[in-house]
Amino acid sequence: MKTEKIEEVLYRIVSVRVGTEAGWFNNQCAELKSSDVESDLHLYLGFVPRKLGKADLDPTPDEAAAVKDAYDGWSVDNWSIDVAARIYGLLVFKPQRPFADMFKDLRRTSDAAEMIALYCGLALYPKPQSLAFEVGEGLRSNLRPVFEAICHHNPYPRDHFDEHRWNHMILKALFVGSELSPILGLRERANRELARILVDYAAERHAAGRPITEELWIPIEPFHTDPEIAALLDRLGDAAPSF
Amino acid sequence: MMLIDPHAHMISRTTDDYEAMAASGVVALIEPAFWVGQPRTFVGTYVDYLSTIVGWERFRAGQFGIRHYCTIGLNSKEANNEELAEGVMEWLPRFALKEGVVAIGEIGYDEQTELEDKYFRLQLALAKDLNLPVMVHTPHRDKKRGTSRSMDVCEEMGVDPSMVIIDHNNEETVGEVLQRGYWAGFSIYPSTKMGNARMVELLKQYGGERIIVDSACDWGISDCLGVAKTAQLALESGIAKDVVERVCYRNALTAYGQSGQMKEEDWLNPPAIDQRTLYEGNSILRGGRDPVIEEPGAQRKSLIIE
Repeated sequence: MKTEKIEEVLYRIVSVRVGTEAGWFNNQCAELKSSDVESDLHLYLGFVPRKLGKADLDPTPDEAAAVKDAYDGWSVDNWSIDVAARIYGLLVFKPQRPFADMFKDLRRTSDAAEMIALYCGLALYPKPQSLAFEVGEGLRSNLRPVFEAICHHNPYPRDHFDEHRWNHMILKALFVGSELSPILGLRERANRELARILVDYAAERHAAGRPITEELWIPIEPFHTDPEIAALLDRLGDAAPSF
Repeated sequence: MMLIDPHAHMISRTTDDYEAMAASGVVALIEPAFWVGQPRTFVGTYVDYLSTIVGWERFRAGQFGIRHYCTIGLNSKEANNEELAEGVMEWLPRFALKEGVVAIGEIGYDEQTELEDKYFRLQLALAKDLNLPVMVHTPHRDKKRGTSRSMDVCEEMGVDPSMVIIDHNNEETVGEVLQRGYWAGFSIYPSTKMGNARMVELLKQYGGERIIVDSACDWGISDCLGVAKTAQLALESGIAKDVVERVCYRNALTAYGQSGQMKEEDWLNPPAIDQRTLYEGNSILRGGRDPVIEEPGAQRKSLIIE
């Protein structure tokens, strides 16, 4: 992770899209960099969608390449300007207390769109491992877009989740009807335990007469010859693919 | 006809209600911060409640194709717990700037105590600082005097009447509220507040200027279709469509739109990110249509559970 590069890339992407609010945005950036008073950050986060709107970023190919170069797997393809500007503010502001403590406070007072933005930036924040508890809260969220802000197009789970958390994220995604293909590391982080749980889950769906998403087989595939997994797959008969 | 219910406590309502409201033509609603039926005894539970109405409930409404807004405030009943009230006041400014917060409210008087007066004034000052509208809850008891007093205090605090919605009016209070330049809300709530046949009579007398109809549906015996049923009854009673549209849609949008946080485009042409995350737009409503009242509970009649 190249922290300075990430900030620079984000600044460039936001600053060419601020239109008539360039003065406001640059003043705020200067203030956030020189202040450690959290209420300055609260005001900035509150005013971002009011001032900058919520249009999709639609990054140019150059911008998308710069993003990927700054952090492997990072993508802003699904971000809107308010998400990008909020995360940029969080990166340049240096609080007096640990980032994770501040993040917790921001998360518990956030509105729906703000919470999504907070979680979209997980992989980019200082000491990302220190956010493990807050990530758990987000994964347990009943707001599917909050769950998906962590799960989809976000390198954080791939880079920081232990196996148990990874496996349960995949299961929850299936359970709430989220797609698996936007999950970074879906193939690299496949594991035998996950394959076993997923085959069980497929059997449960099959018994209930419910459809089984094709994506479910992706993390099972590398283990389909494992004796235990193969035996479970056999019981599924035609409901399992031939791999 | 597109409808707005500018006073609905959806945290106390079911998915059946959301479905019925959406089917009746409700495109947006406002959830005022309120008393949840029993007092909160910790500041933290109040903070989590505010967080719920700016977050989870907003998402829940969006799943039914309804845009959700809210007001932030310390209600008059809980203003009487000074320790709680002091704690909550510290958190209010942070919540007042959240997306979709269209007013400070519902605030005002319950028993008209000194503490209620103190926190009413402090919150009026906050609304003025943040340039936000105010939703005033008028008391159930000693209503006429409580309503006059609420307006007196707004003026003492320098809040412009055009920024204030005085809610829960009745035949006795509406004249003065309109005459003094405030918005007049009417809660179509069975037994205790306003009935819709009475509301139609008031529309005949006062027309549609600065009058706003809401349901105030909550945890009590109330009707989430209060706005739709009033619109339909008014149309059937010969009230001009333009007047019905104003009191059941346009006036609420104008009054609370002064916050800058509520715009017609939010439901007619929502930002792409909202459509991906927080709002399952209902294309049927985009063209506008007459209110349809469907009884809630359709799913209860179906034997099969899938």
